[in-house]
Amino acid sequence: MSVKLNTRQVGDVSVLDVAGRITLGEGSSALRDTLRDLVSKGHKKILLNLGEVSYIDSSGIGELVSGFTTVANQGGQLKLLALTKRVKDLLQITKLYTVFDVHDDEAGAIRSFA
Amino acid sequence: MGKNASGETETVDQFLDSTLDSVDNAENLVLDLAQKAGFDEEDLHKIGMAVRESMVNAVVHGNQYSAHKKVHVSVSKGNDRLTVTIADQGKGFDLEELPDPLADNNLLRHSGRGLFLIRAFMDELHVRRLSPAGTEVTLTKYLVRK
Repeated sequence: MSVKLNTRQVGDVSVLDVAGRITLGEGSSALRDTLRDLVSKGHKKILLNLGEVSYIDSSGIGELVSGFTTVANQGGQLKLLALTKRVKDLLQITKLYTVFDVHDDEAGAIRSFA
Repeated sequence: MGKNASGETETVDQFLDSTLDSVDNAENLVLDLAQKAGFDEEDLHKIGMAVRESMVNAVVHGNQYSAHKKVHVSVSKGNDRLTVTIADQGKGFDLEELPDPLADNNLLRHSGRGLFLIRAFMDELHVRRLSPAGTEVTLTKYLVRK
């Protein structure tokens, strides 16, 4: 399975549920397109739910970083929710874990945007 | 596929097209042998990821998706280690000139983490330029029997 993306709105926060593999090719480009689409429509509070992400490569990490900077450049915030151990490990060894605002539970993450 | 008389070493060699499908094929090829060698799930993940990153480098940056260039993948399973060699036919690069992805100025760069992750996930990484063109990376993971 490649990647599955589903966007839902919780108050003024756009929650993007991501499942599957975020790797070079279809997976990373689908994530990039969806994030750009959200930003272009004026969404500035984006919560990326990675709880069902089974695999992410350096290209996928690059898309997370690009999404983060794209949203920030528009005056918004992109936060991460429900990292699997492997994704968390990857963000830690690449020193990105402290760059992102990472949450374990959705309700707390939504509140943190206020 | 080769095997010596004692059955200790098994080697698989393939020449793959410069496509993203080859990245998946190489990952599966290596993981099949790594699984036979007895690596646990965590190590299999690390090996698979290192091979994927190396293949992406070979296909995208080395051969630049050229239909005229191949990626040579060789996997060898020994008693205590798995060795993977991946060679492209591209222009090559200077390892010393690659930016450090952990430097503050580079943290938010979109790319440039591939070789760093390969180093993090494998026990050994060797890179050498090929003549007349190309880059060969050799990845080694030692089997720690538990």
